Amino acid sequence: MGARYSAFGLLRRGLTRDDWPRAWRVHDLAPAYDVVIVGGGVHGLATAYYLARNHGVRNVAVLDKGYIGGGGSGRNTAIIRSNYLTPEGVRFYDRSVALYRGLAAELNFNVMFSQRGHLTLAHNDSSLRTMRWRAEVNALEGVDSQVVDSDEVKALEPYLDVSSDVRYPILGALYHPPGGVVRHDAVVWGYARGADARGAQIHQNTEVLGIDVAAGRVRGVITSRGPIATGVVVNCTAGWSTLISDMAGVAMPVTTYPLQAAVTEPVRPFLNTVVVSGTLHVYVSQTARGELVFGASVDPFASYSMRGSLEFSEGLAGHVLELMPSLAKLRLLRQWSGLCDMTPDYSPVMGVTPVEGFYVDVGWGTYGFKAGPVAGETMAELIATSKTPELIATFDLARFTEGRLVGEKGAAAVGH
Amino acid sequence: MILVPCPHCGARNASEFRCVGEQRARPGDGTGPEPWRSYLYLRSNPAGWVTEGWYHRAGCRRYLTVERDTLTNEVRPLPAEDLA
Repeated sequence: MGARYSAFGLLRRGLTRDDWPRAWRVHDLAPAYDVVIVGGGVHGLATAYYLARNHGVRNVAVLDKGYIGGGGSGRNTAIIRSNYLTPEGVRFYDRSVALYRGLAAELNFNVMFSQRGHLTLAHNDSSLRTMRWRAEVNALEGVDSQVVDSDEVKALEPYLDVSSDVRYPILGALYHPPGGVVRHDAVVWGYARGADARGAQIHQNTEVLGIDVAAGRVRGVITSRGPIATGVVVNCTAGWSTLISDMAGVAMPVTTYPLQAAVTEPVRPFLNTVVVSGTLHVYVSQTARGELVFGASVDPFASYSMRGSLEFSEGLAGHVLELMPSLAKLRLLRQWSGLCDMTPDYSPVMGVTPVEGFYVDVGWGTYGFKAGPVAGETMAELIATSKTPELIATFDLARFTEGRLVGEKGAAAVGH
Repeated sequence: MILVPCPHCGARNASEFRCVGEQRARPGDGTGPEPWRSYLYLRSNPAGWVTEGWYHRAGCRRYLTVERDTLTNEVRPLPAEDLA
């Protein structure tokens, strides 16, 4: 483990031109671990980090079939917010915002969390009504959210077209000042470095091929690099979560959809907040480099294919220009897609399963990245103490067979 | 473009259709709530060929069943023996 990162260290290495030490190590696969985490994204790495930090569980392996942060953690649009609709959703995501706020200091890694504010636009009376509902739920939970009218929207974002003679006029918005964006790769790398420093082993290019279950208990994992004996397996994958759960014989309420996103050429900073329109299926933020990052809703049918489509870029361009006509000459730089595990109630599936020792932290749909820290913290607590934390009790797998779905649809379907 | 073979209209752009989702066997009469909840919520969500329903909303407005490879989005009609 290298030294702490600091301004002085940066200056010294700039002058001496010494190589930076590796941020995390490479290991041979051990024959056994206390905990095996499948999926080296923000959820898996945060779970490994908090297992060691909060509970002293250090004999942990994080397996990824590719490279860490190469799945959903590196493909999302990095928007952080907690202005959800249900009280349990608000409490859960607000804990994540709190953890994100302290994350750079906690991990000694600059995650570039910019709380620039988050605007969810309302284009009709019924969305305005939902905004008021969300603002009231947020206020009760102590989260800063307020409904603003179109003049206030214009003051916050001068480039938005708030005229009333358009197809989708902006009547108002839910303004959420603590919302913002974070550098998603940095979050992954920071957690990887922190987990490694506390003893967890990160194994990249290590694909899980099977899970050994006997008498309703997890006994081990079969990987592309050999078998591992373990009593605890945590499914922290996105996109592939059904396939991993299938290996343990656990059926999932998950359907995998691609979600496409795109980025433009860089321009001068002009967009102050994160702007979201659920009606137009688009969300926009500007990166520190000046590029505009756009995301949309999931593709119209389930798929594991991550190929982009012309329908997406056409629709996106139309919707963005509806909001900001002055962007007409901006060129798209690239588009990509990531896999979203959608559940019937737009809420995750976290916790125990019918197979003892097999835990899931899946079904993260389009809201997984913003939940990374709190998911890691609560899953670590569950694994270490065998008690389900209050914060995630409603997200259990059994809710689908017991008929108590969560009902977060109003806030999470498109609403980044 | 992804082409969906509609048995009534021929191969048409997938954007004319609404995907209804993978087909699952309905529980029989007299079963309790749990099989129904499984039927409603649990999905096999395979990475590979899946049998699924589509609705040709901008065409003949009829429901059809096709097979699709979720890894490549290749769509093909159901094998003839399944059509009866």
